Amino acid sequence: MELKSNVPEGPLAEKWDNHRFSSKLVNPANRRKYSIIVVGTGLAGASASATLAEQGYEVETFCIQDSPRRAHSIAAQGGINAAKNYQNDGDSIQRLFYDTIKGGDFRSREANVYRLAQVSNSIIDQCVAQGVPFAREYGGTLANRSFGGAQVSRTFYARGQTGQQLLLGAYSALARQIKTGKVTMHTRKEMMELVLVDGKARGIVTRDIITGKLETYSADAVILATGGYGNAYFLSTNAMASNVTAAWRAHKKGAGFANPCFIQIHPTCIPVHGSFQSKLTLMSESLRNDGRVWVPKKPGDTRRPGSIPENERDYYLESKYPSFGNLVPRDVASRNAKEQCDDGKGVGTTNLAVYLDFAEAISRDGEATILKKYGNLFQMYEKITDSNPLHEPMMIYPAVHYTMGGLWVDYNLMTTIPGLFAIGECNFSDHGANRLGASALMQGLADGYFIIGTSIAGYLGSTEQDIVDNGHKQFSDAKKSVQDRIAKLLRSSEGGPAGKLTVDEIHKELGLLLWDHCGMARNKEGLEKALAELPAIQKKFWDNVYIPGTGEELNQSLERAGRLADFLEFAEIMILDALDRAESCGCHLREESQTEEHEAKRDDAGYSHVAVWEYQGEDGVPKLHKEQLLFETVTPSQRSYK
Amino acid sequence: MPTTNITLSLEIWRQKDSKAKGDFETYKLSNISTDMSFLEMLDVLNEQLTREGSDPVAFDHDCREGICGMCAAVINGIAHGPEPETTLCQLHMRHFDDGDTLVIEPFRSRAFPIHKDLVIDRSSLDRIIQAGGYTSVNTGGTPDGNSTPIPSATAELAMDAASCIGCGACVASCPNSAAMLFTGAKISQLSLLPQGQPERKERAMAMVTAMDKEGFGNCTNERECEAVCPQGISIRHIARMNREFVKASFFA
Ligand SMILES: Cc1cc2nc3c(=O)[nH]c(=O)nc-3n(C[C@H](O)[C@H](O)[C@H](O)COP(=O)(O)OP(=O)(O)OC[C@H]3O[C@@H](n4cnc5c(N)ncnc54)[C@H](O)[C@@H]3O)c2cc1C
Ligand code: SF4
Ligand code: FES
Repeated sequence: MELKSNVPEGPLAEKWDNHRFSSKLVNPANRRKYSIIVVGTGLAGASASATLAEQGYEVETFCIQDSPRRAHSIAAQGGINAAKNYQNDGDSIQRLFYDTIKGGDFRSREANVYRLAQVSNSIIDQCVAQGVPFAREYGGTLANRSFGGAQVSRTFYARGQTGQQLLLGAYSALARQIKTGKVTMHTRKEMMELVLVDGKARGIVTRDIITGKLETYSADAVILATGGYGNAYFLSTNAMASNVTAAWRAHKKGAGFANPCFIQIHPTCIPVHGSFQSKLTLMSESLRNDGRVWVPKKPGDTRRPGSIPENERDYYLESKYPSFGNLVPRDVASRNAKEQCDDGKGVGTTNLAVYLDFAEAISRDGEATILKKYGNLFQMYEKITDSNPLHEPMMIYPAVHYTMGGLWVDYNLMTTIPGLFAIGECNFSDHGANRLGASALMQGLADGYFIIGTSIAGYLGSTEQDIVDNGHKQFSDAKKSVQDRIAKLLRSSEGGPAGKLTVDEIHKELGLLLWDHCGMARNKEGLEKALAELPAIQKKFWDNVYIPGTGEELNQSLERAGRLADFLEFAEIMILDALDRAESCGCHLREESQTEEHEAKRDDAGYSHVAVWEYQGEDGVPKLHKEQLLFETVTPSQRSYK
Repeated sequence: MPTTNITLSLEIWRQKDSKAKGDFETYKLSNISTDMSFLEMLDVLNEQLTREGSDPVAFDHDCREGICGMCAAVINGIAHGPEPETTLCQLHMRHFDDGDTLVIEPFRSRAFPIHKDLVIDRSSLDRIIQAGGYTSVNTGGTPDGNSTPIPSATAELAMDAASCIGCGACVASCPNSAAMLFTGAKISQLSLLPQGQPERKERAMAMVTAMDKEGFGNCTNERECEAVCPQGISIRHIARMNREFVKASFFA
């Protein structure tokens, strides 16, 4: 596997310009001769589909849900960053670039991150033109807030529903292209396999979720926009259908998988409350702008929060990190919450929670102001927990949230398989070892609206390809392999449910293994233990899972089983990756590598690289490749938020 | 309210596929924690059915946070259940009592064929948006975001309308199966904003026409839609749509 990043020549600020100039184009009249498959309709997939169709390509777009508007992106709450500097508070492209690369603990590719900051401003203009109702100041200009540890106000938002509004914007652009006939939309169709012809990505196999029918589609290029793999842990803030299947199928066909162990654990989620729990709910971290995080100073203090006097509270983030206080980056906030709970100071029935308190903000600004900012979040919190944050502090605990790892891509967002692109959360992205708040929406839309068009033209304009349709043998072979796999999934169910396990039971077991050993803090011993225990869970799945029903109908247990089967295989490279990276960086804390103050300690001499895993067949050991990270303009420094 | 465990009797609509004739089946479910969400309660039922070797109940869901609009069922005659401004996934079992009987059926409308059990086809709503629920701008070359000031109050009004999650509860609750609230919300959002002005008339005409074509009924001011809407979308948006439509037809 060759890792050519294809970063363009020239000074950092000119690379994107140079690249667009030197990149091949496809003549507008010729574009209709090319077809492109886009899998996914989140921010990345919807924006890419609409944009490519506007440019004249024939686009076929797929999603799991019943409508493209329901992709997981819809749930993003807090906001989207851009370097507009509308607030005149010292922001710039350079600063957004620097914050992003530093926030990622210097484990991302400089040129990509710079480009992201460069195109960020156009995203806001695009969304405004679509009629996205961003929050406004009284004078009518766009409002901003400071978010997720940024010291400038660069986050644009639409109440606590920014992802919804941005996605509905992209969805409306997509709807317009569906209407024109340039996009053919396939809802409730799950990609089950990637099809290669002559080593290039030329199509996919899908399963119709309603009928179970397997179908094949061919194209001149395939774009995966299938989101992140946080659901490997069973419990996460991701939507229930979020999965690794599409990316994993591509990996098994030769696409390198980068940094699979980089998983963001978000500090402000509603704590787990029972074994029946099906997902975790995020409370936007914008709450940390006004909420103060604390625990009782005395371990095991069971008094109600209101009865604990000020001097017996430990506002640990404020005391430990005086300049950032409650706004330290996510990884730092999460680890500190865990530390407090490990020290016995956790609150709530499980002792796995800390307080997020709005009392001071309410007495300062009044209830009305606080409700205007966070009303819908407070409501959501109360619906779930039956407790009102106006009267009692929230309880929060970290939860799996976002995956920085993903399919390795070059500067063009192309994977190691020619003609296969990955955009949005499903690529290994620009966030390095830790993503800053409000940067995923930015990246998804940057990829889809402003970058992939250039890449697709560059690829199609410079690649000779034969005309291929789905009558080609590779398609029937791929379809057959999917058929066999479904049959294999159903095999253990033949004798009925007695003595068998349900899909969720096994998924929970995998989730626990990963959470315990490959979660917020990792060490060699734990990771080796997880690696040793994984095969038994895999075996249990294939021997003992019970899936009711057949493959030829709407069968939600079978859908989940297929996704779990891939998570079970994928977990191996997650653990291997965490094991191999013996340094700490960003969200990846190796307990062996900490500073004296218990902060993550990077090892630039040993690990300033992207770890890229190559599949080696069923019985092979995954092979590690490294893309060395070279920094032309920034000097990696030890992150300090003191 | 302290957490307790309750026992429920469930009458659930079971229908094998779009062609089958469905019927209600009764299930007993005990030990349901009042901290569970409604969908978690269905998960527990489905685990139980699976272990018994029966077919679990198919139901749609994804975000489980009240924002994707995918979950949908009518509980004791009310779309999304008894809690105001709450989707099914955000409805919690503490709102039910020990021994309650819950009748659970799909959203019903001519325009929403049933696929299986509680899973329905709402693509008709997508087609209404495709008819005109957008501004016709291509990617790139749009003016600076701050070039057109929009009063904060206007943006907030547009946001009220834009917050529709496309669940279809308004349709399911309407005696006429009208999609007026859904369609009105989108037309309203775009007609409030300067960006929506150039296509204002064409949009209203096209979307209302699409709505009729899909087989949705007409509004007779029953206000059931507003009562069940999880986003609290006001029927004022229907009035605004009607005004937009009349203006558009008048000048057409
Ligand atoms: C609760 C929450 C809040 C967040 N808040 C913020 C925020 O405030 N700011 C921010 O910047 N980021 C936020 N994020 C992160 C951000 O929302 C996501 O990273 C981003 O939306 C991912 O977009 P995407 O387009 O890459 O993928 P997704 O939105 O996950 O879309 C994936 C798409 O792929 C489809 N798909 C997947 N697999 C298949 C398959 N096998 N076959 C067919 N289709 C498939 C799905 O149907 C879906 O359409 C938040 C995330 C969560 C969970
Ligand atoms: S208007 Fe309300 S009830 Fe109707 S689809 Fe939108 S959110 Fe659902
Ligand atoms: S599952 Fe998304 S709104 Fe209920």
